[in-house]
Amino acid sequence: MSDTHPTPTLAALFLNFFTIGLCGFGGVGPWARRMVVEQRRWMSAAEFTDMLGLCQFLPGGNVMNLTIALGARFHGIPGAIAAFLGLMTGPVAIVIGLGAIYDQYAGLPAVRHAFAALAAAASALVIANALKIAEPLRKRPLAAAVATVTFVTIALLRLPLLAALPVLALASTALLWRFGR
Amino acid sequence: MSTLIALAVVFAELSLLAFGGTNSILPEMQRQTVEVHHWLAEHEFAALFALAQAAPGPNMMVVSLIGWRVAGLAGALTTTAAVATPSSILTLLVSGAWYRFRDKPWRKALQTGLMPVTAGLLMASAALLTTATTLDWTTAAVTVAATGLFLFTRFNPLLVLAAAAVLGALGFVA
Repeated sequence: MSDTHPTPTLAALFLNFFTIGLCGFGGVGPWARRMVVEQRRWMSAAEFTDMLGLCQFLPGGNVMNLTIALGARFHGIPGAIAAFLGLMTGPVAIVIGLGAIYDQYAGLPAVRHAFAALAAAASALVIANALKIAEPLRKRPLAAAVATVTFVTIALLRLPLLAALPVLALASTALLWRFGR
Repeated sequence: MSTLIALAVVFAELSLLAFGGTNSILPEMQRQTVEVHHWLAEHEFAALFALAQAAPGPNMMVVSLIGWRVAGLAGALTTTAAVATPSSILTLLVSGAWYRFRDKPWRKALQTGLMPVTAGLLMASAALLTTATTLDWTTAAVTVAATGLFLFTRFNPLLVLAAAAVLGALGFVA
């Protein structure tokens, strides 16, 4: 890497991801890109996109994986831990605080109704996300069939994911590899 | 202590199954915490998920919140660490090799193969959550309206969530 990409210290990894954890609502990916590429210039846009691609491909939270890969790239395992703790500390504290407040006031009818409505809108967030991911499948019948089988297996048959996922993933990869083009 | 160990086992297993991020493991998280271990009622699971959406940070705060609800602060730290550790170790191990395999055809094939499975898992998450949060026609209306706003407008999602909560508090919902 050239000298236009400075190597962050452990403290900088922690503090910058701490800020990212606190400012991102509904996912922190876009904020992480802005910080890493545009503000701190730790990596080029292409390097960041490549690293994020890996983190989206691997299991686990995408930005959580990013803290691990990015932290490790600069400072090995201590770097990964610093960036990860930076990302998680604030949000974990806040969500526990929200849980405590909710418990305190859950008996009030207004709070109960507010939560019923909030939960309904939160479901909508997941529906919208699922529809956006599924949209490209409309023109690919085989992939759409795989998605449907996955849906039926998990949502309707309620089979354990640990058994179902490897079978579905391998069958899907083999099918699309053989017939998908 | 045995509850903490059970929480750790459940969420460590979920960690390596979370292809496409944490939302794709919601059905299994619900199955394990509600149906297998009876830590939560179905509507509680949905309420915790909703509450987690009101917190900043990555999309996985529901994991910490479930831990907190089941076993307090120790529970929250346990589930958060358990869901993070296996996938993080995998990321550490793979991130070096990934760049070397960039042009290998099987990498592309695996990515193409996982995509529709992830889509199916996300649809399952959406269906199960919506079943739990639809109490009557008013909550159904909120879900339909909010889905439309999320898909077809560029409103900040947090504003839509806040508006729904205000409508609820004023007595228009449920």
